[in-house]
Amino acid sequence: MLTPAEWTVVALSLKVSLVAVLVTMPIAYGLAWVIARRRFPGRMLLDALVHLPLVLPPVVTGWLLLILLGRNGAIGGWLYETFGVTLVFNWTGAAVAAGVMALPLMVRAMRLSIEAVDRRLVGAARTLGASPWHAFLTITLPLSLPGIAAGAMLGFARSLGEFGATITFAANIAGETRTLPLAIYTGLQLPGAESAVTRLAVIAIVLSLGALLVSEWLVRRSQGSRAHVL
Amino acid sequence: MFFDVSIDMRVDDHAFALEFTSDAKLTALVGPSGVGKTSTLNAIAGLLRPQSGRIAVAGEVLFDSAQGVDLPPEKRGAGYVFQDARLFPHRKVSSNLAYGEKLAAPDKRWITTDEVVSLLEIGHLLDRLPVTLSGGEARRVAIGRALLSAPRFLLLDEPLASLDESRAETLLSLIERLRDELDLPMLLVSHSSAEVERLAGRVIEMTPQKPA
Repeated sequence: MLTPAEWTVVALSLKVSLVAVLVTMPIAYGLAWVIARRRFPGRMLLDALVHLPLVLPPVVTGWLLLILLGRNGAIGGWLYETFGVTLVFNWTGAAVAAGVMALPLMVRAMRLSIEAVDRRLVGAARTLGASPWHAFLTITLPLSLPGIAAGAMLGFARSLGEFGATITFAANIAGETRTLPLAIYTGLQLPGAESAVTRLAVIAIVLSLGALLVSEWLVRRSQGSRAHVL
Repeated sequence: MFFDVSIDMRVDDHAFALEFTSDAKLTALVGPSGVGKTSTLNAIAGLLRPQSGRIAVAGEVLFDSAQGVDLPPEKRGAGYVFQDARLFPHRKVSSNLAYGEKLAAPDKRWITTDEVVSLLEIGHLLDRLPVTLSGGEARRVAIGRALLSAPRFLLLDEPLASLDESRAETLLSLIERLRDELDLPMLLVSHSSAEVERLAGRVIEMTPQKPA
């Protein structure tokens, strides 16, 4: 079916998307909680910044990442000098690009499910002796779990499809940053690679559709349980 | 003095002042809806902050704007039974009951789960989820959950509202037993004068106030 090189592409795509989602998940949840539950000046601005990767041309997001995280970038330069870590032109860079692009979708899903948790339940927990942190861990977090799962699946699907920011920031290096979309794009540039492109495209469709269906199912489940929250 | 309350409240657009003391075992707070009865309970429980004033219950100051005292809800020792029960929907009844008990210091606990279960007759409900309970069952579980959190006092918000007559009667005699058998100051919000006459040693009337 697939050649070893194509298997490498699929495995790399899954690795990049998985790492991107796992690292982004706690950040996205933290942002979702702050936007859903806190009222502070600049909340709208934070919300807008979180959504920026959704509306910017992905190439611009990639370029911004290059400026910030490139070896001469504000953060990237520091990372390189302090830890010897480089994010550009390797698979971690691809994961960073995918995570940033997936962030808005993940925050949206998580925020909705946090907003659906009745705050008065948290108040009830507090009167029963729970500290704010304990109430969060035992009430808000478990009740917003469907949103976390849905956000993670959406983010995973978005990461699998990430192209523009990845090719700009992490480049198109076989075995390092050449994920499914980049491999398909590369195949389209080469004569005689039509069947390889078709195989990779089918895999991309199957993976994305699967992730989307799972996330849709999770959202439905969470809306069902929301109706039960009294 | 069991309850010593003197507060200025502002909730959304509504402002009111309330001042009362009571050393009855059960004090009732009555008045038309929207007058601020539930807000007063929330202020005593620490869920709402008064603009200014002082709240002391059974000798402990919970809030005092002049002294800068404002204990968080978990430090106030309130056993708050909400009108809508407010059980945790993702936990079974048994786990709802255990929630506050686990958080209470062992030497502060004064009632066991078995005692609560038999007092409230909720043994057959322990494995159920809150969605499956009737209004009266949910309220009994909520009372049990509050008692097990080792409270120093009880706040009951309309404990008999929207129950049919026989269930209301059951719960009414239960509250009487709690009042007579436990050494626990209780503050009850109600709009039913029959309920109040039968239960309360002291009645505080709240009347609508014009904004100052």
